[in-house]
Amino acid sequence: MKLFEFEAKAIFKRYDIPTPSGGLATNPAEARDIAIKINTPVAVKAQVLVAGRARAGGILFANSPKEAEKATEKLLNMRIKGVKVQGVWVEEKVSAKKELYFSVTVDRSNRCYVAVASSEGGVEIEEVAAKTPEKIVKVLIDLVYGFRQYNARQVAKRLGYSGAQMLDLASILLKHYQLAVEQDAELAEMNPLIEKPDGKFVAADTRIIVDDNALYRHPEFRKRPFEEAELTPQELEAQKTGLAYVKLDGDIGIIGNGAGLVMATLDAIQLYGGSPADFLDVGGGASADMMSIALNIILSDPRVKVIFVNILGGITRCDEVANGILEARKRVGFTRPMVIRLVGTNEEEGRRILTDAGIHVLDSMEEAAKKTVEIAKARGE
Amino acid sequence: MKLGIFVNKETKAIVQGITGTQGSFHTKLMLEYGTKIVAGMTPGKGGTEVHGVPVYDTVEEAIKKHDANASIIFVPAPFAADAAFEVLEAQLKTIVIITEHIPVRDAIQVMNRARQQGAVIVGPNTPGIITTNECKLGIMPAHVFKRGVVGIASRSGTLTYEIATGLTVRGLGQSTCIGLGGDPIVGLSFVDVLREFERDEQTEAVALIGEIGGNFEELAAEFVSTEGYSKPVVAFVAGKTAPPGKRMGHAGAIIMGKTGTAKSKIEAFEKAGVKVAEKPSDVARLLAEELGRQRV
Repeated sequence: MKLFEFEAKAIFKRYDIPTPSGGLATNPAEARDIAIKINTPVAVKAQVLVAGRARAGGILFANSPKEAEKATEKLLNMRIKGVKVQGVWVEEKVSAKKELYFSVTVDRSNRCYVAVASSEGGVEIEEVAAKTPEKIVKVLIDLVYGFRQYNARQVAKRLGYSGAQMLDLASILLKHYQLAVEQDAELAEMNPLIEKPDGKFVAADTRIIVDDNALYRHPEFRKRPFEEAELTPQELEAQKTGLAYVKLDGDIGIIGNGAGLVMATLDAIQLYGGSPADFLDVGGGASADMMSIALNIILSDPRVKVIFVNILGGITRCDEVANGILEARKRVGFTRPMVIRLVGTNEEEGRRILTDAGIHVLDSMEEAAKKTVEIAKARGE
Repeated sequence: MKLGIFVNKETKAIVQGITGTQGSFHTKLMLEYGTKIVAGMTPGKGGTEVHGVPVYDTVEEAIKKHDANASIIFVPAPFAADAAFEVLEAQLKTIVIITEHIPVRDAIQVMNRARQQGAVIVGPNTPGIITTNECKLGIMPAHVFKRGVVGIASRSGTLTYEIATGLTVRGLGQSTCIGLGGDPIVGLSFVDVLREFERDEQTEAVALIGEIGGNFEELAAEFVSTEGYSKPVVAFVAGKTAPPGKRMGHAGAIIMGKTGTAKSKIEAFEKAGVKVAEKPSDVARLLAEELGRQRV
């Protein structure tokens, strides 16, 4: 789960890591009051989760409380990559002598946490890694022993600092590591971590992605502001019902069981010249309940011209799946065409049930994908 | 001759979380397949029985009374790491974690401990492992598998059954089929499994079923090209149409920035001389071709 900048900043502050002073505003008057309190030029930053906020014009600067008010009004009337801005973070504009990068994230292949630092902050770390890999410092962390004081000093040293500044920076990095582990962060990042002209450090922009599977340990994230604005109605419904759903740009609705199989189904649709409207995994069971929820989600997307249901019944019996589909169709009551691929235990019975109900059933996933694309094309003309 | 990898006829397993719906249901199916399930454990349910399998309160107790060398875990996510530690302490060396949604931090701790003890963790979030006709330690449908020559390592469940069915229909069958797991942190990589299949006499060719996220596929490609591999390898990678930054069902199936794309994985395999199937059904066809050629 991605946290908003204002949420991440509050956590960094709680761990005693210096951040620019600032506040959250949901209307221009609030922004003005915050700017008055800060009493320096400010940055007004749209609180959205989508990437590329700055490039999309989501960060404005203001030299006076009046300007901050105007900037806020402008941002609150804006959509950034389709997402309506619901709040802005107004903070002290920090001047930088140098911009650094630091993050703690998960190293999948080494099965551990890794600290990543660079003297080239403020840009995408992947670009730095690609162009100038020598400017990246990586420390693999053994969770038993942790990221220790000497590790932090070593990183600060390699970023070019010594003496009191090195110690100062190292203490920030240590707290950052503690934050990442305690908050179950998949990613905790300071980018840029700014060295100010007076030599002090401040985390000017921060990002935290919390491990979804660890949310039960963090009840404070259960109810969050603005989050719903980030999701489409379909995504919201899927989230409520616990289905894995991702909205895509095409016109062919896809339902399948198992993440890998659904991904392969999308790929097959594209291979035959079609364009999937979604990724939707109903999970292993594919019960009548799950099927009707899934069909409802897909059908609430008006772009969907045809639905492809790809079920490989493993231990689940195909006759049960078939009845589930019929039950779901009855409940949802829809008229758009549907192609079903159904194989597995009791598949003859499953196929008979659906064929009797006038639904065409195929047993090859690829043929079914081809057929679906044909129907979508015919209906597009 | 020892057949298949990690599990075989000699595997004697305990089931952790045996009294739950999943645990009990799959214990029955595993027993039906011929898997030796010697004991079960659920804290607080000691002294009962599930499908004739005695249940204990602690692993320690189960191990004292029964000779076991493997475990399969069905314990809910918040308690799954604890279950893994308990069985690791009992020195069991093959542990299958079926549980989904285990926090990454817990998984890292478990993998650390397993590495120290030289134990093999299959999963988490895996359908498990099956050595055909010998042992099924997992939740996969047995009927799609048939004794044969292809070793499968996969990051997905149903897609594996799809491809395994294709191999069965073509008469190639499978030696061992292993689900690495759909999470970001899992115990085994493609490279680990390739090493085992290389030594396994039953396995004549290997199918790798990958997906977006992480770099196990790239590492496997590098392994094959630098170390050489004596058996044909065919790969399939799911998620060519997946957008970056979105989790495609599995916690581990996510493109982060520019890492973990299907394109990068497919290119790596092709560069290493590993044939990449365009569609799931091509896996069996390509393997048949490779094996046919080799036999000539």
